Amino acid sequence: MKFLCIQCDEVMSFSDRDLPGDGTITALFSCGACGREMAMLTNPMETQLVTSLGVEIGGRTVPEQPLQQTRSRLDTPRDDAFVDEEATLAGDPGSSSTIPATEHEFVRIRVTWTSEATDRLAGVPKFVRGMVKRIYTEYAQEKQIEVITPDVMDRARSDLGLEGM
Amino acid sequence: MAEPTSSSGTGNTPREGSVTRADTVRGYADLTGEVESKIVEQIGEQHARLVSRLSEVGAIIVIASGKGGVGKSAVTANLAVALAARGARVGAVDADLNGPSLGKMLGLIGSQLEDRPDGIVPAVGVAGVKGISTDLLIEEGVPLRWKGPAHDQFVWQGVTEAVALREFISDVVWGPIDYLIIDIPPGTDKIGRFLDLVSEVGPSHLQPDQVLLVTIPSEVAGAVVARSATQLLEGGVPCIGLIGNMAGYAQPGRDELLPLFTGPSAGDIADAVGLELWSEIPFDPVFGSRTDNGDPAGAEGDSIVAQVFTDLAERVEHGPGGREEKK
Repeated sequence: MKFLCIQCDEVMSFSDRDLPGDGTITALFSCGACGREMAMLTNPMETQLVTSLGVEIGGRTVPEQPLQQTRSRLDTPRDDAFVDEEATLAGDPGSSSTIPATEHEFVRIRVTWTSEATDRLAGVPKFVRGMVKRIYTEYAQEKQIEVITPDVMDRARSDLGLEGM
Repeated sequence: MAEPTSSSGTGNTPREGSVTRADTVRGYADLTGEVESKIVEQIGEQHARLVSRLSEVGAIIVIASGKGGVGKSAVTANLAVALAARGARVGAVDADLNGPSLGKMLGLIGSQLEDRPDGIVPAVGVAGVKGISTDLLIEEGVPLRWKGPAHDQFVWQGVTEAVALREFISDVVWGPIDYLIIDIPPGTDKIGRFLDLVSEVGPSHLQPDQVLLVTIPSEVAGAVVARSATQLLEGGVPCIGLIGNMAGYAQPGRDELLPLFTGPSAGDIADAVGLELWSEIPFDPVFGSRTDNGDPAGAEGDSIVAQVFTDLAERVEHGPGGREEKK
């Protein structure tokens, strides 16, 4: 899918995405030549069709997590399907991520979690908690944020379009 | 204003008073440079993960039928255990997302999956067979339901399930294994969906190495299996064997078989369909009970069925992609 500014004959660039939480998507594209913007609006069905492919319009902001599509879409997940990460969360809130270096260019810093952030993470269903923790951790590392607080989590949710997490 | 670069556009002419625009609007193929939706790239990354994961798999063995209730999962579980008993490293994917049973048959239920950055560590069941199934992911006793618009589910559900099957293969840390056995659910469309999935991942795994179609001695089952065989042959799958399940009733402790069905034998179906008959498996209630309770015997013991699975495992080992074939 591409959008062409026919006045300028320029391919428009993806600039922003908004997920209001009602199943719709607003994706903004702009023309680099004239600055004109357009919004692509999808209804819940259209959104579902795209997201069913396991893709994000405009590209991924964080790497896809293992079984991410399956886990995030199951309506009745088994709560104990995955090994409990409570110990690493509650017992060592200052633990850093164990994620090995990937192709990301940013320098991986040691990330710690405040007790408030840890409490909030504990409210995420176990089924996806590990995945969500990793997403927040990678976000913090990419932004060079050393301490994850609830405020950082809010920013990540907004920046990454994680309203459902 | 940029110069038009193609004459293949729609040839719009500006209306009086309208915003000036290019004389022709370029088509998709005329546009070069980065694709802003990045959807194609993301799908490419998904395929790359699949290729990477399958690079550690010696052979993909597909167990299918098209027909339901012929014992595909029981064959899968017992073949997996029989291969493992020969020293093979085996993984099993329960592709029947809506009616999972392989997890229970392989003794995977109760195991927890481990979430690691490089993937999901699969459950390990009988004889060390690794497995993944929706049985491990959804609440007990509830049907599989996906989040999404409640109406018109048929529009998106197929895509969602195809993605889940892809993740079952690409996102699970199988490690180096000799065989990845895929238990395909009923429906000839499901066979096609899996072939589409693997055929997109590159020449090294363009096709499953072996496909075993399971039937029972029934005209109806034979007709459905014939459709599946046609689909596979049209898809260019080179190695297809027919398994005749429930080929008579094996009384525990006795050698002779009693008839179970009055329909055509698996041999007759194989001849009619044009497939090679690889195996005929009698129904043994003890064997069946063990399988249902998560303790498939495979090739264990000296029963008729155990001998059948011993022979079937050996045949798979000598088939395309098998360990013996690679020696």
